[in-house]
Amino acid sequence: MTDPRLKAADLPDIQTSTEADGMAQGLSAEEYARAVEICGRAPNLLELGIFSVMWSEHCSYKSSKKWLRQFPTEAPWVILGPGENAGAVAIGDGLAACFKMESHNHPSFIEPYQGAATGVGGILRDVFTMGARPVAILNALRFGDPEHAKTRHLVDGVVRGIGGYGNCVGVPTVGGECEFDASYNGNPLVNAMAVGIAPANRIFTAKAEGAGNPVVYVGAKTGRDGIHGATMASTTFDDEAEQQRPTVQVGDPFTEKLLIEACLELMATDAIVAIQDMGAAGLTSSSFEMASKGGLGVELALDRVPMRETGMRPYEIMLSESQERMLMVLKPGEEGVAEAIFRKWELDFAVIGKLSESGRMVLTWDGDTVADVPIPPLADESPEYDRPWVETTPPAALDQASLPPLGDWQSVLSKLLGSPNGSSKRWIWRQYDHSVMGDSMVVNGVGPGGDSALVRIHGTARALALTSDCTPRYCQANPFEGGKQAVAEAYRNLIAVGAKPLAITDNLNFGSPERPEIMGQFVGCTQGMAEACEALDFPVVSGNVSLYNETNGQAIMPTPVVGGLGVLDDLSQAVSVAYPESGLELVLIGEGHGHLGCSAYLRDVLGRTGADAGPPPPVNLNREKRNGDCVRVLIGKGLVAACHDLSDGGLLVAAAEMALASDIGCDLRVAGLTAGVLFSEDQGRYLIATAHAGAVLSAAYAANVPAGKVGLTGGDALTLNGTRPISLQHLRDTHEGWLPAYADGDA
Amino acid sequence: MSLRAGVVVFPGSNCDRDGAVALAMVAGRKPHMIWHQDTELPPLDLIFLPGGFSYGDYLRCGAIAAHSPVMREVVAAANKGIAVLGVCNGFHLLTESGLLPGALIRNAGLKFVCRSVDLRVERTDSPYAGRYSKDQVLSVPVAHGDGNYIADPDTLAKLEDEDRIAFRYCAPDGSSSEATNPNGSALNIAGIYNETGRVLGMMPHPERAVEPALGSSDGLALFQSIAEVLA
Repeated sequence: MTDPRLKAADLPDIQTSTEADGMAQGLSAEEYARAVEICGRAPNLLELGIFSVMWSEHCSYKSSKKWLRQFPTEAPWVILGPGENAGAVAIGDGLAACFKMESHNHPSFIEPYQGAATGVGGILRDVFTMGARPVAILNALRFGDPEHAKTRHLVDGVVRGIGGYGNCVGVPTVGGECEFDASYNGNPLVNAMAVGIAPANRIFTAKAEGAGNPVVYVGAKTGRDGIHGATMASTTFDDEAEQQRPTVQVGDPFTEKLLIEACLELMATDAIVAIQDMGAAGLTSSSFEMASKGGLGVELALDRVPMRETGMRPYEIMLSESQERMLMVLKPGEEGVAEAIFRKWELDFAVIGKLSESGRMVLTWDGDTVADVPIPPLADESPEYDRPWVETTPPAALDQASLPPLGDWQSVLSKLLGSPNGSSKRWIWRQYDHSVMGDSMVVNGVGPGGDSALVRIHGTARALALTSDCTPRYCQANPFEGGKQAVAEAYRNLIAVGAKPLAITDNLNFGSPERPEIMGQFVGCTQGMAEACEALDFPVVSGNVSLYNETNGQAIMPTPVVGGLGVLDDLSQAVSVAYPESGLELVLIGEGHGHLGCSAYLRDVLGRTGADAGPPPPVNLNREKRNGDCVRVLIGKGLVAACHDLSDGGLLVAAAEMALASDIGCDLRVAGLTAGVLFSEDQGRYLIATAHAGAVLSAAYAANVPAGKVGLTGGDALTLNGTRPISLQHLRDTHEGWLPAYADGDA
Repeated sequence: MSLRAGVVVFPGSNCDRDGAVALAMVAGRKPHMIWHQDTELPPLDLIFLPGGFSYGDYLRCGAIAAHSPVMREVVAAANKGIAVLGVCNGFHLLTESGLLPGALIRNAGLKFVCRSVDLRVERTDSPYAGRYSKDQVLSVPVAHGDGNYIADPDTLAKLEDEDRIAFRYCAPDGSSSEATNPNGSALNIAGIYNETGRVLGMMPHPERAVEPALGSSDGLALFQSIAEVLA
């Protein structure tokens, strides 16, 4: 067979670039000029490709980093904050949890199955790259209006993609969220979070050390898929978006599973100096980051890279985003040990280069140099923008007195529980293997679908609590309060199962940062998040920014998703949303003000959204902390039989969800059957069921936390002040009915 | 003597650890982990074929793994009377390798199904079910895309006549109907035995139901029975 490989001299890659080439690859004129200055000459097309991806918004965070610096990132339990593949926190027993969330929005819109699947694959690699065995996956999904022509197809493809990947690699998908809103019509959000566990003293990083050490490529072969994916993720879409399908990567979860096992097996030896997965911008970004972090240079012989296709060029090899690949620096002489392990798992293994002291990235092709760029200036002088922004104008106060009277609370409750956003998401999580690995906890019959997922830390009596949260309509009305609320809700969901909240990862999804009003949303949300993280002692340890989520100038609602992680020291103390028995008293913790602005009630029942929906409920962070501490202590003392935070739909929806989770009814006893009492989304509140109401109330009083009895569990219906029972069977049919019918094309 | 169990690990197995944990709980020692390329088995009382996606389930679930070197040994051992338990992908392997009749195809609903199901114990005189009572209802999770058991009418009749149906999908009260069938399996079959009752293939995962913290410990008695009878 003749090798169709081009000789170095014949490669188009080595032609000198022009400014027009730079623009075509997404660089501004100033950025191109800076690239020329750094190289001391016009870069060739291969080098230009490296600049283009390294300075893309996706890889460089050039519009966001100024604002990311304000996040608190430290706490005594934080082992690694932002900057590595994932954040790491100490979780007891000498173990660390490594976790991160990442978006795969653009690819999922173009090709939902592969886009979502490779999103899961990528975030898993971020975690096991650090030496952590992945133990849980979550996902935060946002789709367009259910009536929009593409939504049903996207829901189906994304859910199958996540399941197809996660189920095969054998990591349980334990939680997440799913929302529908017309602002996501042209830009669904697929955010995946992975959590892994590693020995705290054996966490691997990307920092290369030791000039001369071998650089090794392992995993799957490199193909032509996903070339320039990072650049695609850094622009807005138009109607032609689907023509970008070739930039979407194709995943193979079977190879990922082998890669997990092979990497963890090698990590148990002493062979690895540094390791980095090939994610966005593939071999370019992984080799660059390793060398840059170590203050070293790197030489790569690109002809040695295992290739899936013949005739590939260096440019394609450097920019491919083929999946399931890793780059490692090994200790000298350890190549044999490493190769044996990867061969055993039937994966590719190739020594493709070595570290150098030159501080340069030198790429060769059959011995000829085809690229030579200095690393520190390219990394350190990557652009940073202080983009112009305007503060979001807060909406006018809502005149609640002018709202129509509540009317029949039963039909309002049915409407909320049966709406696209309020309905059960069981249809989704039933397609995910959530019980593999034998550590996914079920508390009083509740597995997925509770406030936080609980995953036992294998071989210990502890459990991780995991959640993902964001209320985009709050963020749109008031980015600062919405940012605070996203963090506070994650905190609350961890508390509600009895866990101590430790840290968050975030996935900041916004429109184009080049529009001042969008940048204003970004600034407001991140400021609010920073303030909440500070006040709640709940630092940010990793995250991802996804900008340019807009199509034809139509931006998504600001969606800063927060992935929260907490730990429960004694898993037997966990509680869930399900009432374990009849005859328990219901106690409402926290203060209600009857705030209806931005509520699900306004949206789903009165049809009021946007400027007509008023301001979101404010978050009082001091009270949030105080209420949360109080509830956590109560759960720790065994005084709480069930607990649910109040969120969308307020008190009545919370009580109904608890009843549905247990198949035990309840009677709520409240004064004044108003929309404000039943459906307000005032923050910092929990509904608990308890057999020890006296002790709960006095503990709350002592902690200066508002608390009051609001009812009793029992029966097979939900009643208000003993009247007008609405049967659980009816509520269940309503709550469970919408999504399966929709997915089948019947709703 | 305590149970000598072996768990076969194929590339793509993902319930091997879960099975090993459950077996260690009842045996008091860790099982042997057996690599798919091994051509010799240690002395064993039980071989566990775990769930997962062996060889990526490419071609057909379990089809490639059935031709792996270790499966020749497993089939030979089974023919000598060594007990073999195949769960989920392991059940596929048993049908693909001819140790059990029939086949498992795509779920009738065409979707992956992960949920807790109720199982009715059909027979108790096997090494696996001795601790159960007949018609006892167990709560055990399923997690599969291809769990729809099919066989020709003669085979199904034979399975019934020879009392080789191990478990059927049912309602909490033990009644079984189409409504209690998560995947469309013929006769609501969740698991079947070979002629001797020593080879059991089942789609539900008893190893995921061995502790109350996981939502059910109804699967534990299956492993306890194995340890009692086979050790």
